[in-house]
Amino acid sequence: MTAISLQNLDVSYDGNRVVKGATFDVAEGESFALVGESGSGKSTVLKAIAGLAPEWAGTIEVLGKPRSHRPDRALARQCQMVFQDPYGSLHPRKTVDSVLSEALKIHGLGNRDERVEQVLTDVGLDRRFRFRYPHQLSGGQRQRVAIARALMLEPKVMLLDEPTSALDVSVQAEILNLLKRLRAEHNLTYLMVSHDLPVVGFMCDRMAVMTKGEIVEIAPGTALHDGAFTHPYARALYAASGG
Amino acid sequence: MRDWLMSESPESRVQAGAGRAWRALLMLLRNPLAVIGGLIVLLLIVTAVAAPLIAPESGVGQDLPNRLLPPSWDHWMGTDELGRDIFSRVVYGARITLLIVGLVAVISAPLGLIVGAVAGYFGGWTDKILMGFTDIFLSMPKLILALAFVAALGPGIENAIIAIAITAWPAYARIARAETLTFRNAEFVAATRLLGASHGRIILLHVLPLCTSSMIIRVTLDMAGIILTAAGLGFLGLGAQPPLPEWGAMISRGRVFILDQWWVATMPGLAIILVSLGFCFLGDGLRDVLDPKSAGKS
Repeated sequence: MTAISLQNLDVSYDGNRVVKGATFDVAEGESFALVGESGSGKSTVLKAIAGLAPEWAGTIEVLGKPRSHRPDRALARQCQMVFQDPYGSLHPRKTVDSVLSEALKIHGLGNRDERVEQVLTDVGLDRRFRFRYPHQLSGGQRQRVAIARALMLEPKVMLLDEPTSALDVSVQAEILNLLKRLRAEHNLTYLMVSHDLPVVGFMCDRMAVMTKGEIVEIAPGTALHDGAFTHPYARALYAASGG
Repeated sequence: MRDWLMSESPESRVQAGAGRAWRALLMLLRNPLAVIGGLIVLLLIVTAVAAPLIAPESGVGQDLPNRLLPPSWDHWMGTDELGRDIFSRVVYGARITLLIVGLVAVISAPLGLIVGAVAGYFGGWTDKILMGFTDIFLSMPKLILALAFVAALGPGIENAIIAIAITAWPAYARIARAETLTFRNAEFVAATRLLGASHGRIILLHVLPLCTSSMIIRVTLDMAGIILTAAGLGFLGLGAQPPLPEWGAMISRGRVFILDQWWVATMPGLAIILVSLGFCFLGDGLRDVLDPKSAGKS
């Protein structure tokens, strides 16, 4: 079964088309990457799937169900997103505990204490972090909280919008290892956006190369080791990253 | 207790909240002006609550043989044209002032917050309509608008409160909207929407808490203006009616004797100045504590 299926997706901001005719399928349990320069429209694809970029035409299906143009509660249980900036994605006046239990309150789920403690353990945060405010956490710890928030509703599909690009290199490695472990443990499907090819090579089974709003090539992750790209832009991108 | 409050890794929701409040209080206590302002406001509250214990007389009983006596040991602030002890009247007047200030804040701050947050959060037409409405109110001079409302509703302290509240909320709506605009596109709002939260929930639980600190500062600073507007309405005879010991109305009564019996108008005037100053100091101090952006500048 396909986890995410896009057919001829066009996305616009205020009438400007920034994504043109994007078509790809992500299988359940797969880790798929969208790579490209900034401004190539890769984050916009994620936002359209999540419902944060409502101006789109074409077909988006998540786990076999067509998507509406807005975020909705049914989607929330199946698909969550981790954002790029761990400093902007946590409410500055809320403790880790209230950030995490918010999802449970919205969906009326019980056992909040246990679930919060469990998810903190899952993302490798000690329980003493539970009642801290975001300003008392480092960037890496904040990103762990953001990942924990996305896991709260036990989704099947995770949208990752450059989850490590705002972190420094050693912390990046920790977060990438964490994401890899979580995928194995929870059998998650990842759709990840990145401009960092080594990160993609580490994390992903397949990738789509985007430029100027169009997908020019879909290649297996192994292409990052042997350089087996066919499209000239993909070759140039591969060469520029030192491959 | 201190360690419990200052703990870097609190054990419970209560401890985390208490620790935050404690740190804010410590910051506030480090600011001498804020402490003075806080003490004055505290004095106002204590005076209002314990008025019957503090005031030597009832403040409404007439004593015509002792009219217009200058300040003395018997009458600390002298007596007015009906022989009433001015000190007692000023003390009882604290209740009216506190009532006005409190009710105006309770009515206008939440109203302004919600209008501003809704306008800022949704943007587009909602924003245009709500802010157009706000601008209409904002474009009229406060006291004139309050005068018009009191004239329409009839004089009296309740109507004065309603009139002042109606003129005070647009400024709060503007602030709340400006604050909301700065984070309506923030990722934490998007993340909360993706969790399935409704717009109402996001505005109430995620947007409003971020607007409240600038709102508290602004309301505290506005308290002085509210007191002055109330006193102005009282002075014009449109606020509290005799024999209520409202400070503005008391000044108005003393105006007739201002050259020969200065204390009748001066004493309630001093009370107004003191309380207004207290709220201004406290507001400035709160701004330094609650608003890190402006803390460095002053």
